[in-house]
Amino acid sequence: MVLVLIGVSLLVFTMMMLLPPGQRVAIYVTNDRVSPAMMDALIAKYGLNDPAPLQYFRWLRNLLHGEFGYSITASSPVLKGFARFLPVTLELVLYAAPLIILTGIFLGTLGAVRKDTAMDHVTRVLAIVGFSLPTFWLGLLLMMIFYGFLGIFPPGALSTDVRNIVFSDPTWHPYTHLVTIDAILNWRWQVFWDAFYRMILPTLNLVVINSALIMRLMRSSMLEALGQDYMMTARAKGADRKTLFRRHARRNAMLPVITISGITFAELMGSMVITETIFDRKGIGWWMAQAALQLDVAAIMFDVLFLGTIYVVVNLVVDLIYAYVDPRVRLS
Amino acid sequence: MKTMHPRLRELAFTLRRFLKNPLSVIGLSLVVIFGLIALLAPVLEPPKYADPYKIPHTGFHIEPSPPSAAHPLGTMQQQYDMLYGLVWGTRSAFRIGVLVVAANLFIGIILGVLAGYFGGLVDEVIMRITDIFFAIPFLVMAMALVVAIGRGLKAVVVVLIILGWPSYTRVLRSDILVTRGKDFILAARASGASHLRIMFTHIVPNALYSVLILASLNIGTTILTAAALSFLGLGSETGTADWGQIISLCRSWIVGTPGNRFAYWYTVFIPGFVISLFVLGWNLMGDAVRDVFDPRMRRR
Repeated sequence: MVLVLIGVSLLVFTMMMLLPPGQRVAIYVTNDRVSPAMMDALIAKYGLNDPAPLQYFRWLRNLLHGEFGYSITASSPVLKGFARFLPVTLELVLYAAPLIILTGIFLGTLGAVRKDTAMDHVTRVLAIVGFSLPTFWLGLLLMMIFYGFLGIFPPGALSTDVRNIVFSDPTWHPYTHLVTIDAILNWRWQVFWDAFYRMILPTLNLVVINSALIMRLMRSSMLEALGQDYMMTARAKGADRKTLFRRHARRNAMLPVITISGITFAELMGSMVITETIFDRKGIGWWMAQAALQLDVAAIMFDVLFLGTIYVVVNLVVDLIYAYVDPRVRLS
Repeated sequence: MKTMHPRLRELAFTLRRFLKNPLSVIGLSLVVIFGLIALLAPVLEPPKYADPYKIPHTGFHIEPSPPSAAHPLGTMQQQYDMLYGLVWGTRSAFRIGVLVVAANLFIGIILGVLAGYFGGLVDEVIMRITDIFFAIPFLVMAMALVVAIGRGLKAVVVVLIILGWPSYTRVLRSDILVTRGKDFILAARASGASHLRIMFTHIVPNALYSVLILASLNIGTTILTAAALSFLGLGSETGTADWGQIISLCRSWIVGTPGNRFAYWYTVFIPGFVISLFVLGWNLMGDAVRDVFDPRMRRR
């Protein structure tokens, strides 16, 4: 795992080295306008023409000291921008991820249990559609129908009034910086409702796109489980349908779903970039898209490193869960 | 009935199975239709400029106009003709999809064969590199790399080629590990066949199906990623016949006029619908090919 992380840092560094030194200076300076003479001085100061290995270790040292440079899109040091954007993304993940998993497992199971009925066909079509729809198009369609036509579910993370409360009301205590949770802790239902209301469409967008993979896998692995000998044994011993499906088939069918949940996470991060851009929610994904457009190198590289690290950790956790859940691995 | 050569009989069986599934037929038809549109683009929509991938536009008026006789699918922002953009966009999608997936296959197969056949240190190094590529969410890494090598459609293609091969390498390697120990390989080695010969006449053809199925499924994903990058503004320039670019031109028109709230539905709906059909076609076909070729599934 450490090896992979070192590899990730090498990869990010290599990507950065593809840029000319003049653009890499942007990581360290806060000012947009730099004269050519100053530019040379800055390049020399930060050693951006030194041999690559030397630059790599210097860069790595800076990272380990928490110095990630200055982000023009956040107009603040990278870490400060990150602290501001992370809660917005985290909150959406908090609502979307469980829904993605539950929808995928529920509809996948339903399709397998009622194989070849109308229900099965509906879930299969849903899965194929979720696979083929571009995230950005579904987002635009949802906005066109709900916001453009019906005039409900406006974009943005919070309305102006509520923004004022969250950012400048002295009686507001940001315990977690996740607005919906803080709203409950502060007992401010107006804030809760506003934040929650604006999260519905983005969540729907993420769920439709990202639950497709789980749905498909769940259906096929459930079908496989239903055909196993142990199912017949259980039936012969007189288990009712509920016990059969829940305790015997679904438990076994979940194993492959756990292994791919890492992939689902990575896809969710990708959809997040697009969903946040479309629904104008200023989180990590939105930041990443802005940074890419405005050549904000410091922010892009930090985000890639961050998401790479998180993904490595997620995969490790997935492996651990798998080992715990599968008795063949746990007991050996 | 005349007796057929076993190989022909097998092919006929495969074909019959393929055609029996309505979803496969839909997928195949979609891909064929899009293929024809791409091939016949110069006939369907004769280019107006030296560069056929530039969409002609009449004037610079910002508001899209609805379908009319002159513009059967309406125009986009700045009066770019929608039909022209979509037809040549199909050609562009095929070029990108086929080029990227072919390059991915080439790199992926060579590295997969090296890793699977030789094992040991070669295997270790190649597989650790694929681990690193898998350690970063795909779209995120693609965005960063496009920024690093400079924006544009060419950059998008290069990036997708650089990032796309590891999945083929993994699949091929694990397939080869299974084939490598089989008796017929040992027989070939005993009869003095060279490494290269064993690799490319015995091992690769046996492991190829799973890779090709993956490739067919990946054409859709490749186009989706390319479109997403163009949508974010990292791909082609404004006015290029490229699907992602076309959608990004339309994204400001989700709210209609006060009298007619769906006033611009065509400009938002049509391009995304076309992309979805294209991706759907390749996905259905990939599924069908898997069902037909996978020996565990085919005789059911």
